[in-house]
Amino acid sequence: MSDFNIKNIMETIEMIKVHHLDIRTVTLALSLRDCACEDVKKTGEKIYNKILKYAKNLSVYANELEDEFSIPIINKRIAVTPISIVGESAKEFDYVYLAKMLDKAAKEVGVDFLGGFSALVEKGATRGDRALVESIPEALRVTERVCSSVNLATSKAGINMDAVLQMGRIIKETANLTADKDGLGAAKLVCFCNSVSDNPFMAGAYCGISEPECALNIGVSGPGVVRWAIENMSKTADLGEVANVIKKTAFKITTTGELVGRELAKRLEIPFGVIDLSLAPTPAEGDSVAGIFQAMGLEQAGAHGTTAALAMLNDAVKKGGTMASSYVGGLSGAFIPVSEDAQMIEAARSGVLTIDKLEAMTSVCSVGLDMIAIPGDTPEATLAGIIADEMAIGMINKKTTAVRIIPVPNKKVGDSAVFGGLLGEAPIMPVSSLSSDIFVNRGGRIPAPIHSLNN
Amino acid sequence: MSEQKIVVTISGSDKVGIVAKITAVLAQCRVNIEDIRQTIMQGHFVMLMLCDISASDKPFKEIKEQITDAAASLEMEVWIQRKEIFDSMHTI
Repeated sequence: MSDFNIKNIMETIEMIKVHHLDIRTVTLALSLRDCACEDVKKTGEKIYNKILKYAKNLSVYANELEDEFSIPIINKRIAVTPISIVGESAKEFDYVYLAKMLDKAAKEVGVDFLGGFSALVEKGATRGDRALVESIPEALRVTERVCSSVNLATSKAGINMDAVLQMGRIIKETANLTADKDGLGAAKLVCFCNSVSDNPFMAGAYCGISEPECALNIGVSGPGVVRWAIENMSKTADLGEVANVIKKTAFKITTTGELVGRELAKRLEIPFGVIDLSLAPTPAEGDSVAGIFQAMGLEQAGAHGTTAALAMLNDAVKKGGTMASSYVGGLSGAFIPVSEDAQMIEAARSGVLTIDKLEAMTSVCSVGLDMIAIPGDTPEATLAGIIADEMAIGMINKKTTAVRIIPVPNKKVGDSAVFGGLLGEAPIMPVSSLSSDIFVNRGGRIPAPIHSLNN
Repeated sequence: MSEQKIVVTISGSDKVGIVAKITAVLAQCRVNIEDIRQTIMQGHFVMLMLCDISASDKPFKEIKEQITDAAASLEMEVWIQRKEIFDSMHTI
């Protein structure tokens, strides 16, 4: 340190101590491509053994680094090859069994979530894909730590509306099978458009098929730090200046993640993958993305201007973060999960933040309709319509969008669903009562947009 | 890590014996103090020490525990961190 600077040191400490600067997740991405067998029981064993071999020290070394830098590493996670592929060579499919083996391995190595119980069906499904998707409700009922995702659309392939309709049903079934936990199963299931292969966050993390044998991907976070930085500015500072402060703050947040990530990868003797510089909130006070909108000068998330504010935030975070790391990847933007953000919950509960506004916001940020609780009696066709809308936003804008929506069994608008922990709690939000039935039941594939022909 | 520098940040209400007690622990662990800054911030005593632990026979964890215990006995808050976290955040 050329200049032993009190101000800098105190700033770093305050960020960690007061404003929730943390490493949100260290995710070991592991290829299970070599576990495929004709005997699905052998596949299960290979999966279990490989995860144990690579991940057994993940928690231990992560804890060491937490200690050495006094920065919390909130989650240790694993992301694997989409299991539809890994289990597809089996003479007799048994995807629920494979989910159980993943869950067993996750518990053994001490990670809180394991993502990758997934299928990529944007152009259509293989037999394995179909079998995996049908097994999702049961798999998420009998496991605790397994997360699932299905990619339904890409800008190149279009939107697989057959699969969208299927997912409307699968999401409902998944929620119903976990009715005793307010439909928690559906909180571990994501539908994607343009999913990315190196996302370290759950529930959509998986290890893409073009990823290497293994890698360590990092998710940092610090919405509280960004909010604090903006609050320290004058209320009349112009938006260019605000964007600049966000950029600088994102830089600081990202360098911390890069440092911890590279050191952890070194100790585990695996390559460092990417850093995802998404601002991911938690339900803890002061750790809210919606709080940033308020610091910027909007009364609450949902006010007119929220989409613009989020667009600026998302962009400034990327600009600052890319200065801090050569390998920025994953989703890298701002997350707007309703149940995981104290001020979003408040805005949704009082009705000032609606699904329609959230849908608009998804066109400028990095995730989608995330952790949204809706009435348990929402028709499958309506769910499919909601998913189709998000897929379209992603497809046309060449970005990732997603839907993680929970139709909470036996609950309606005015009630709350309680998921607990980082998944938080969510007020049930109203959806349109208009019917999308005939439209979504047409099925087929919505063709890829013309801009996908870019060769 | 090749470099073995840590930053010890102590804060709390000013009292007799802070510097003496902490530096005694560091000396006992064969930790070399390279720089000390000290200030009063909002009524709180704040001291920062840049230390080199490469000559210590004790692992980082143990050094941290001993400093933490000493600070606790003084009713002071202490942070012990590898200095890289500050370098990476505050330099382009």
